[in-house]
Amino acid sequence: MKFGILVNEGPYQHQASDSAYQFAVAALAKGHGIYRVFFYNDGVNNANKLTEPPQDDRNVTRQWSALAAAHDIDLVVCVAAALRRGIKNELLAPGFHISGLGQLIQAGIEADRLVVFGD
Amino acid sequence: MAVLHTTNKSPLQTRDLESCLRLSRPGCGVLLIEDAVYGALAAGTTAATLTEAARQRRIYVLGPDLAARGFTAEQLIPGVEVVDYGGFVDLAVEYHHVQAWI
Amino acid sequence: MSEEREGGAGQVKRFMIVNRKAPYGTIYALESLEVVLIGAAFDQDVSLVFLDDGVYQLKKGQRTQGIGQKNFSSTYRALADYDVEKLYVERESLEARGLTVDDLLVPVEVLGSAELGALMERQDVVLAF
Repeated sequence: MKFGILVNEGPYQHQASDSAYQFAVAALAKGHGIYRVFFYNDGVNNANKLTEPPQDDRNVTRQWSALAAAHDIDLVVCVAAALRRGIKNELLAPGFHISGLGQLIQAGIEADRLVVFGD
Repeated sequence: MAVLHTTNKSPLQTRDLESCLRLSRPGCGVLLIEDAVYGALAAGTTAATLTEAARQRRIYVLGPDLAARGFTAEQLIPGVEVVDYGGFVDLAVEYHHVQAWI
Repeated sequence: MSEEREGGAGQVKRFMIVNRKAPYGTIYALESLEVVLIGAAFDQDVSLVFLDDGVYQLKKGQRTQGIGQKNFSSTYRALADYDVEKLYVERESLEARGLTVDDLLVPVEVLGSAELGALMERQDVVLAF
């Protein structure tokens, strides 16, 4: 089955991005595909490569980048939400790219299930 | 066409679970994740509501979130199923679509 | 289940956007509205639901000058121009807030929880913000 995932919150403040990541890892482990992960609202902050959590904490952004590299997952950051929050191309961690909200609708159309994580 | 509903906030703090139960239909599934897992504890004041809801719905609790918060399956109301993230994925496949009560 | 559009130009799915949060205190209402407009441009079967504090998004007479935010409530009136015509409000949410349809700035269909729940079940994709 193909999953689409929507992440509506940034890293650390809320558990949403962690939950979405764990869900994605579990789905892949079961042989499912991730059609796209779409980052919206404050979720666009997950793409910020300058995030630097303490050494003993997980790096949410780096986790997403690594997952995208290992499984060729499309990590899309909403352009309008990103610009509003100062997230521009030069700030994007590997694997993330900026595109329009249409990519969210497309994920809804193409994926078998769209699972939303937010707060 | 049954729906898997997810809710992530403590029902002692917000009314998301209440709305989810008001609008969800018999035969659906309700998965409690993140802070919502507190709602399924037998000792809490929401136990009765959830026990009643469970008569016509399947109630699931995300085990890793429960464990992270210092509780075990034995402390939940009877009839609740504890799943891991793989189980969450299976439920998402099993039900027709997933609706988040965020 | 989704169905193929006549002519096979593409899939049409039933998208429901569920609004449960009041405007201005958080950005969710505004960014949800942006999704609605895009969804309509994709020729999908888009419906909007307002329940819980989400019904406050449709309150008439919003004046935002004093808080320094853009008043986006007029956009709800423009939805019909985008062929978004399915707006549903939960009766219980309205009543709990002492509101009636006369307080709302657009025509909506008011449904009880049971009917609305049944409608939610008939969707393919439910987006919540």
